[in-house]
Amino acid sequence: MTALVLKDVCKSFGAVDVLRNIDLTVEDGEFVVFVGPSGCGKSTLLRVIAGLEDATSGDVEIAGARVNAVPPAKRGIAMVFQSYALYPHLTVKENMALALKQEGTPRDVIAARVAEATRMLELGPYLDRRPADLSGGQRQRVAIGRAVVRQPKLFLFDEPLSNLDASLRMATRIEIAALHRSLSAAMIYVTHDQTEAMTLADKIVVLRDGRVEQIGSPMELYNNPANRFVAGFLGAPAMNFLDAATLGGPGGATLGIRPEHLRVTDAGRIKGTVAHVENLGGDTNIIVETGAGERVTVRVFGQYPCTVGRSAALDFDDADAFLFDAAGARLVAEPA
Amino acid sequence: MSAARRNPLNSAAAHAALLAYVAIALFPVFVIVINSFKDRRSIFREPLALPDAESFSLIGYQTVLKQGDFFLYFQNSFIVTVASLFFILLFGAMAAFALAEYRFRGNMLMGLYLALGIMIPIRIGTVAILEMMVATNLVNTLWALILVYTAQGLPLAVFILSEFMRQVSDDLKNAGRIDGLSEYTIFLRLVLPLVRPALATVAVFNMIPIWNDLWFPLILAPAEETKTLTLGSQVFIGQFVTDWNAVLSALSMAILPVMGLYVIFSRQLIRGITSGAVK
Ligand SMILES: Nc1ncnc2c1ncn2[C@@H]1O[C@H](COP(=O)(O)OP(=O)(O)O)[C@@H](O)[C@H]1O
Ligand SMILES: [Mg+2]
Repeated sequence: MTALVLKDVCKSFGAVDVLRNIDLTVEDGEFVVFVGPSGCGKSTLLRVIAGLEDATSGDVEIAGARVNAVPPAKRGIAMVFQSYALYPHLTVKENMALALKQEGTPRDVIAARVAEATRMLELGPYLDRRPADLSGGQRQRVAIGRAVVRQPKLFLFDEPLSNLDASLRMATRIEIAALHRSLSAAMIYVTHDQTEAMTLADKIVVLRDGRVEQIGSPMELYNNPANRFVAGFLGAPAMNFLDAATLGGPGGATLGIRPEHLRVTDAGRIKGTVAHVENLGGDTNIIVETGAGERVTVRVFGQYPCTVGRSAALDFDDADAFLFDAAGARLVAEPA
Repeated sequence: MSAARRNPLNSAAAHAALLAYVAIALFPVFVIVINSFKDRRSIFREPLALPDAESFSLIGYQTVLKQGDFFLYFQNSFIVTVASLFFILLFGAMAAFALAEYRFRGNMLMGLYLALGIMIPIRIGTVAILEMMVATNLVNTLWALILVYTAQGLPLAVFILSEFMRQVSDDLKNAGRIDGLSEYTIFLRLVLPLVRPALATVAVFNMIPIWNDLWFPLILAPAEETKTLTLGSQVFIGQFVTDWNAVLSALSMAILPVMGLYVIFSRQLIRGITSGAVK
């Protein structure tokens, strides 16, 4: 069965079209990530799925039933917000139990589910504290716990990690992946961070300006982006874009090459001077400025002694390069 | 902290200015209170002297407590003020929540219409109000006053509260909706507690004008059993003779309940003023 189907969903706020013709299917147990720059409509799409906003047109189906007119609490979903959104006047335990209490779940069932979530998220020591007395990471776990106790068919996460610091973000990311494996419920996860998208998703949906740019598994999108936007958005450091004509390609086209597919050689097609070097220990990013004033990032594995200001030549295999036309669409023909 | 504020000289100057302001503001109150404990002659001979063994007298308080039904006036004022504040806060918060939370046709216009009352003094409508009260048999009831004061307080209340409610996190309200809370529960349980400072601000801004008002009690409810404290105290001010002991004693006692209410609201009030719409 499918967990979620969106059919031609559109949403406008007055004259502003925020979502345009979104079609999407999420299978049971699938981990789907919506990724895109800020303001592209990810949260709005999530709110439409949750029922917090009505779609202007189109259908939302959850677990096979059309839910356009079903209130959020009855859609069989649970949502985790970026700002945690815990109830400030309730303790951790009460925060987690509230939704079940509203549904009229028997007390012993509530107690059992809260205990289970507490164990899973290691919230034991905090059960009687209020949100104000918790750290950011602990609050985020309570917010996740509040979703877990409902045993929803579909989890919705809206940028759950963006308020956490970097180390905690990675730990929580792994925790969410583990949660997905143990719960086997479908999850939709919104983020503007391509690393989270790549590491968590079974399926990535790339959004731009309220439109779906491409849908596919992380590696499909990485290896075979449909257009320049997707190519540039996924992967860090980002793909380099160069004028294809200077490299023997067709005029007006752009050539895209990922930093790790470039190599420093004596006689490469791209010539320039080293403008900056980022030594990360495990690998090294070399930023080379070409004669035409373009900046090209090269990613070299391991540590690589290199001085700023020296001249460098770069080369790549044509098979690794992508070609895009002036409008950003992918040209399938390889460069000459 | 800015360098200007750390500078001890600046800080001393600021404190001096504030202390001077406090002294000026409290001086009349101080004079009223000390003179209420003196006999009539001492009030006029040395208005600024503290009461001593010779001039100390409770005659004013005795007159006030004997004359008329002072406790009834007191009770009337209290009922009118508290009930008006209650309705202003209740209806103001409800309207503000609707304006801040729901997108509907005419939301903007409705907000402007409700805010218009801030600029138009309600006393302009006194004659019409009196006619309405007569028609509905509300003259000489406390309800007449409560209704008028509620109407008078609502515009500013809606304006301030809706400004604050817009700042309450959408995520929190949405989390409530997903957890199955009704809109009423979200309003009462989630939003109202978070705008407590704004509620206190609105309460204090409205409390003192209502408590001190002479106009509407005189016009709408001058009967003996509905007199408010301010109106009741007027019996001591005559065209030819004024019983100053009694006037000063009545005023001194009238200060107490407002001060009590202010103390209740003040902590929230300070937070409200330093954090939002009425800066
Ligand atoms: N309630 C609203 N009224 C008007 N415009 C809105 C509203 N909510 C969101 N938008 C607009 O919709 C666009 C997408 O917003 P959002 O879905 O929050 O983006 P993001 O992808 O960053 O989550 C933004 O340009 C935003 O200004
Ligand atoms: Mg967002």
